[in-house]
Amino acid sequence: MRALLRTCGELSITGGLVMLLFCGYLLWGTSSYTEWYQRILKQQLLDGPKHAKLAKIDVGDAVALIRIPRLGRDYEYAILEGVTSEDLRRGPGHYPGTALPGMVGNFVLSGHRTTYAAPFNRIDELRRGDAIIIEAPEARYTYRVSSKKVVYPEAVDVIAPMPGHPESRPTKAMITLTTCHPEYSARQRLIVFGVLSSKQDRRSA
Amino acid sequence: MYGWIWRVIPGGTGAKVVTVLLLAGLAGVVLWYVVFPKLEPHVPLDRVTVGR
Repeated sequence: MRALLRTCGELSITGGLVMLLFCGYLLWGTSSYTEWYQRILKQQLLDGPKHAKLAKIDVGDAVALIRIPRLGRDYEYAILEGVTSEDLRRGPGHYPGTALPGMVGNFVLSGHRTTYAAPFNRIDELRRGDAIIIEAPEARYTYRVSSKKVVYPEAVDVIAPMPGHPESRPTKAMITLTTCHPEYSARQRLIVFGVLSSKQDRRSA
Repeated sequence: MYGWIWRVIPGGTGAKVVTVLLLAGLAGVVLWYVVFPKLEPHVPLDRVTVGR
């Protein structure tokens, strides 16, 4: 009886340690994969677009860089095409079929909040007017944060061409960032909206 | 369980300690690089997209 109790106790302690280690893996282990893949995506952007036309981006390809000065001078991630869980492990993903950077419509990005380098961890700190800079191969687009909200995961109208108005035709170039809310949860989504404020063409080399 | 492992491992105290540390390290590496990556997609944590 005593030996049985002791074994139960030892197994429980071991289980607890394994769970602690798993938490450590989620927070730090997953990031190393993202950081490694981000280097590949950034190199892809430096090498120039695979296709002459921007409209032909394949799932998994790098789309542009995102920079958010409010979240630090070093804040820079490569966005890739696609929002499957495999895509999002590699960095913030662009919803296929939504507008491309600078286009009229809604440029929708999703990113992890707590795991896989947590690119969108601090987007709750963004305030109205903050810049979200998209460095696309052809131009630099500066969007300004217009609003934020918390929605349930079924709220697909936030990714409509005109966010919140799925029936309307878009008239503005918008950006939408989505991530989980609250942190460490899958219950709701935090959504940040922005509007294009300026475009700076890149001199073609 | 741990008492039994300690008894089964051969050698003096020093050798036992080294073996135990190696075994624990091995278990950690297998968990970190094999078990956890397989487990992670099934944890409903950090779901970030809408609509699916």
